[in-house]
Amino acid sequence: MGIADFTFYAFAIVIVTAALLVVTARNPVHSVLWLILCFLSAAGMFVLLGAEFMAMLLIIVYVGAVAVLFLFVVMMLDIDFAALKGEMARYFPIASLVGLVLLMQLALLYGSWAQAEGALGLRQAVTPDLDEVHNTKALGLILYDQYFILFQLSGLILLVAMIGAILLTLRKRENVKRQDVVAQMHRDPAKAMELKDVKPGQGL
Amino acid sequence: MVGLEHYLTVAAALFVIGIFGIFLNRKNIIVILMSIELMLLSVNINLVAFSSFLGDLVGQVFTMFVLTVAAAEAAIGLAILVCFFRTRGTIDVEDVNVMRG
Repeated sequence: MGIADFTFYAFAIVIVTAALLVVTARNPVHSVLWLILCFLSAAGMFVLLGAEFMAMLLIIVYVGAVAVLFLFVVMMLDIDFAALKGEMARYFPIASLVGLVLLMQLALLYGSWAQAEGALGLRQAVTPDLDEVHNTKALGLILYDQYFILFQLSGLILLVAMIGAILLTLRKRENVKRQDVVAQMHRDPAKAMELKDVKPGQGL
Repeated sequence: MVGLEHYLTVAAALFVIGIFGIFLNRKNIIVILMSIELMLLSVNINLVAFSSFLGDLVGQVFTMFVLTVAAAEAAIGLAILVCFFRTRGTIDVEDVNVMRG
């Protein structure tokens, strides 16, 4: 077994174990941390597959943004997780049953899997030789050329998601003093301060 | 020698674990969202594995789009969750039964 095979098996075991711990961990913060480990191992697997740009993207987007977002929400909300976890044992049999059935279906599929004849001739963008163009540049050449509209649309999706998330979580609080710029600009300096002549021993 | 089937097996296991997690944590929306992320990750592994073994870069391009959609979905999902928690004070799925905010 070569070093590449050994690395693959190490990553595979870490991915599956971490994923199992994500769904079974009692504390959601631990779940998020296992999720991060899972993403990191998947990134390592992508490097093994020769897709180093996707690996770095996985680390930046998933670990850097999505997992941290989950961590923020888990820590921000004051939720009684113990009550939510209470019925986990009740759902365990049906969950295992569904998982097992799905696993068997996928195993059947992988058991009788064949590539169509001439499929290799139908490739849209054949991976160039690594000596000529490296992975990132080759991806960029395809993405900004053949898939430009999809690229723009994915940007639009992210924009809509960003605006939607801000709009959903924005809240107007009552009884909070805020800066009113128009009122500030239109105030009269002459009326801002008033001098009173206070006589001794009398008060206002 | 590690072949395409090995990567597909890992992705299948990850997908099944995602489904398993959704059924196991029927009450906790946060863990359900994390399970969905696991399933999307397994799809990404499938796409990259096929892309690598068949020598077609389009798989990796589409992995990028899946990544985009996953990020957007997580952001919107968690925003709705925060919004829901503010009004109802719980994230139990069974309490999500009104459309009105």
